[in-house]
Amino acid sequence: MNEMGSRNATILQVDNLKKYFPIRRGFFQKITGWVRAVENVSFKIKRGKTLGLVGESGCGKTTVARLILKLLDADEGQILFDAQDITQLDEKEMKPLRKEMQIIFQDPYGSLNPRMTVGQSIAEGLKISGIHNRSKQNQRLEKLLKMVGMSPASSDRFPHEFSGGQRQRIGIARALSVEPALIICDEPVSALDVSIQAQIINLLKDLQSQLELSYLFISHDLNVVGYLCDKVAVMYKGHIMEYAPADALFDHPFHPYTHLLLSAIPDTEHKIDAELNATADEVSNTLNPPSGCSFQERCPLNEERCKHNPIEFEKMGPDHLVRCWKVARNGSY
Amino acid sequence: MQNTETDAQDIQLDAPLAPKRTRLEEFWRLFRKNKLAIAGMVFFILFFFLAIAGFGLTRGDNPLLDPAMVRLQDKLRPPLAKPNLERLQANEIPRLGVYIFGTDDLGRDVFARMLQGSWVSLTVGFVAVGIAVLIGIFLGGIAGYYGNRHIRVGQLLAAAFFIVGALLLVGKLIWSGSALLIGGAGCIFISILMKKAAKAKTKSAGTRFWYFNTISIDTVVMRFVDIMLCFPSFFLILTVVALLPASIYNIMIVIGLTSWMGTTRFVRAEFLSLREQDFVAAARALGLSNFRIIFRHMVPNAVAPVLVSATIGIATAILTEAGLSFLGFGVPPPHATWGNILSDGQRFIFDAPWLTFVPGIAILIVVLSFNLFGEGLRDVLNPKLRERN
Repeated sequence: MNEMGSRNATILQVDNLKKYFPIRRGFFQKITGWVRAVENVSFKIKRGKTLGLVGESGCGKTTVARLILKLLDADEGQILFDAQDITQLDEKEMKPLRKEMQIIFQDPYGSLNPRMTVGQSIAEGLKISGIHNRSKQNQRLEKLLKMVGMSPASSDRFPHEFSGGQRQRIGIARALSVEPALIICDEPVSALDVSIQAQIINLLKDLQSQLELSYLFISHDLNVVGYLCDKVAVMYKGHIMEYAPADALFDHPFHPYTHLLLSAIPDTEHKIDAELNATADEVSNTLNPPSGCSFQERCPLNEERCKHNPIEFEKMGPDHLVRCWKVARNGSY
Repeated sequence: MQNTETDAQDIQLDAPLAPKRTRLEEFWRLFRKNKLAIAGMVFFILFFFLAIAGFGLTRGDNPLLDPAMVRLQDKLRPPLAKPNLERLQANEIPRLGVYIFGTDDLGRDVFARMLQGSWVSLTVGFVAVGIAVLIGIFLGGIAGYYGNRHIRVGQLLAAAFFIVGALLLVGKLIWSGSALLIGGAGCIFISILMKKAAKAKTKSAGTRFWYFNTISIDTVVMRFVDIMLCFPSFFLILTVVALLPASIYNIMIVIGLTSWMGTTRFVRAEFLSLREQDFVAAARALGLSNFRIIFRHMVPNAVAPVLVSATIGIATAILTEAGLSFLGFGVPPPHATWGNILSDGQRFIFDAPWLTFVPGIAILIVVLSFNLFGEGLRDVLNPKLRERN
């Protein structure tokens, strides 16, 4: 947070973000319950850095991504993009900011319009960023395709003619077409082969250093996150459980859930006792969360106090926050 | 690591692209396998050109084939009969020198009448379905894309004022009608004034009432579809046609206005699933306008089922028109249509069976071929049904 001068060093700051989805039943569509998808999520992303958001399926990672992009409206909390509060902006006021944030999707098959050629898809973004001249569009298109490692000849092909990895590259090119400052990568590699994963991750890293991009990298794969991210937030059922620099998280994980995730990586030194109940009922808790800690049902350290008191963040080191009172008291897991 | 990176990208750049195969080629490769659908398509094209040829050959002051020429001397001649040259006047002799489909009870050439009728069937089919598809895409698109939004009390009031006011104006109640229209304009004015108040965190009771959500747009559109589907459509058409002056245009419009419900449901269903797709989310994240998202991204992906239902819809429209003409509610008499040829012929079904069979078989072939073509299209365009063939 220094050399950027007038520009804000924090590109994205999220404070106490909250999103509940109503469950409607019956003829009159009465609201019978709430899915608590995102609860009190806060984090910061520095310009040019990468934040990893880790957690199992259904824990609210993608909802966070959609909230930040304003594809969904947050119920509570604040999203500050480049120090500007975007939470209350309507579609019209949001338009100039849309160029600044882009998204790369998990599913390379669904993320491209099957009726548009690759060139047309990317040109949509070029038009948004004000390049209307045909020859200039083509120049830029060629440059973008080369940048993501595709042949410029692919621009008049349709998405169904490409492999998953190639399509993911096209998706990245489309995101880059408006020259964003922040890219939200929503599990960009989890649908790909391991060999292709490495290519895409290296491409993302390369682009970051070339274009000074910031990433919010959403994944359930800790290996990838460890390789790519500067900071990591571990999410469980809508809550952030542990928030720490990547090295600190991998070297000294505190939260029992982080331990569980780390133990899921094959061939690491992070082995854990089989006490952790790895298969708990996933949905029930987001519908009717217990009071107290949201992880209590699967936690080996579960105690009476976890059931009642709301669990707050405990500071375990510089920038290392953990939402577990017991680990904080013991000083380790 | 820098090295492996460039390697990976070089590989990607050099990788040969698969041979280019357009969607049309892909479509044709699959469609070709369905022999019945091919037959349907051939008849579809044949019918299309026949109808256009029929339009050219039977119109004008001195047409090549005159469908309206009455030759009482030559009445009820069987198919392929030669005209009776001794008893016909020079201008009455058919140009072809043969009655291909015979003549009817007034001695009119059935072949010429069939050709004229085919143009009617074609235009009725295409125009009626065109109207239905346009309405269907519009309403289905609104229900699918904006369906979640609710109509607010203010909007409901404004709409009620406008509709009732317009109805009163049509009913020649000028004063009360314009008063209601002004009331509607007032509602819009209040909404504009409240725009700022609605954005604030704390709202007054009046604002909250004015912005209270009533029913969703999806409910409005889809319940209207359900209501329209409740009417037995043929009788609805009969009623409307009986009220309106008989003309081919009225029939096209009425058939179109009573057959858009299926398309609406298809388009809504497609839009509901497309709306959740990532490429639509990406388009929104790029900041594209709703208009562009709907017409550039969603409609092209939603037309496949519409195309199928339109093809089958043309067959239904042709059948409906023939039915109306048969009952005497269709296109007015001097103009020939397949339905009224059939209706005229039924009185002579034992003496002159060709008067019934020629239009009957023509309707059968056209409707069957359109249905087969439509089903073939559906099988190709819907990958889930592909395995069956």
